Amino acid sequence: MRELSLNVMDVAQNSVRAEASLVTITVEESDKDDSLSISIGDNGCGMTEEQVSQVIDPFFTTRTTRKVGLGVPLFKLSAEQTGGSFEISSRLGEGTTTTARYVKSHVDMTPLGDINSTVEILIRCNPQIDFVFTRTNDNGSFTLDTRELRAVLEGVSLDTPDVTEWIRQYLEEQTQILFGGA
Amino acid sequence: MKSLAELQAIRDKAKANLNLRKENPNAARVLVGMATCGIAAGARPVLNAFTEEIAKRGLQEDITVTQTGCIGICQYEPVVEIEIPGEEKVTYVKMTPEKVARVVNDHLVNRNVVTEYTIGANTK
Repeated sequence: MRELSLNVMDVAQNSVRAEASLVTITVEESDKDDSLSISIGDNGCGMTEEQVSQVIDPFFTTRTTRKVGLGVPLFKLSAEQTGGSFEISSRLGEGTTTTARYVKSHVDMTPLGDINSTVEILIRCNPQIDFVFTRTNDNGSFTLDTRELRAVLEGVSLDTPDVTEWIRQYLEEQTQILFGGA
Repeated sequence: MKSLAELQAIRDKAKANLNLRKENPNAARVLVGMATCGIAAGARPVLNAFTEEIAKRGLQEDITVTQTGCIGICQYEPVVEIEIPGEEKVTYVKMTPEKVARVVNDHLVNRNVVTEYTIGANTK
């Protein structure tokens, strides 16, 4: 993957397939600590301990269309190649949380890329699921919580074109405030 | 600043249009393969290009763009399937954002399949 944001899109879709109703995506970075961590949590069907150990294996997948499952192994590799770490915690019936930690300045660090686009696409293509996206850096943080938007929208779908445009601009604005250094 | 008040205005406008919008039975569907293979091959810019082109032409009510999983032809990603009610499904392979405008114009608007981009023309 060229951008970590693409790994996020990929792994978040495991949450969608696990029939989650809430997916939490958290990106925390700190120049001070030279760290970046990405966490994707859901309240989907979860996995058994045995399955958790299997998903790290590229030759394991629950799919039937092909024999390999590279989503999680690629995400794990992206973290470990920077000297970071990777973990999955999961409980059957409760959900799964995947966390990747990176050493930002490492030569093998993959750029985060367009994470806002990932979040926007996930919301637009899965309007029945709630997403909570939080981005944190040394300056502060912002959060987009579709449950709050849903409360305002009163039944109007999150994939209504004007709403997705509002989400896109909101993310862009908040990112600029967070990183703009103004 | 994007405010929730603005979102309320969007809601009221959307509700006013709701009758118009409700379930268009003839809506075409654009399915972009977005599993690991599709994403790695560049599916996201393709999906964004479809959304933009369709919005530019004001066709959001007639065409929906959505993600789908891996359909098992990873070597041909990015793969895009187009479903139009009453017509056979068409599978486009090795898509790029540059090819999108033509698929929207020729296929989705004028109902002429862009044969050279389909899987049939690209398998040997």
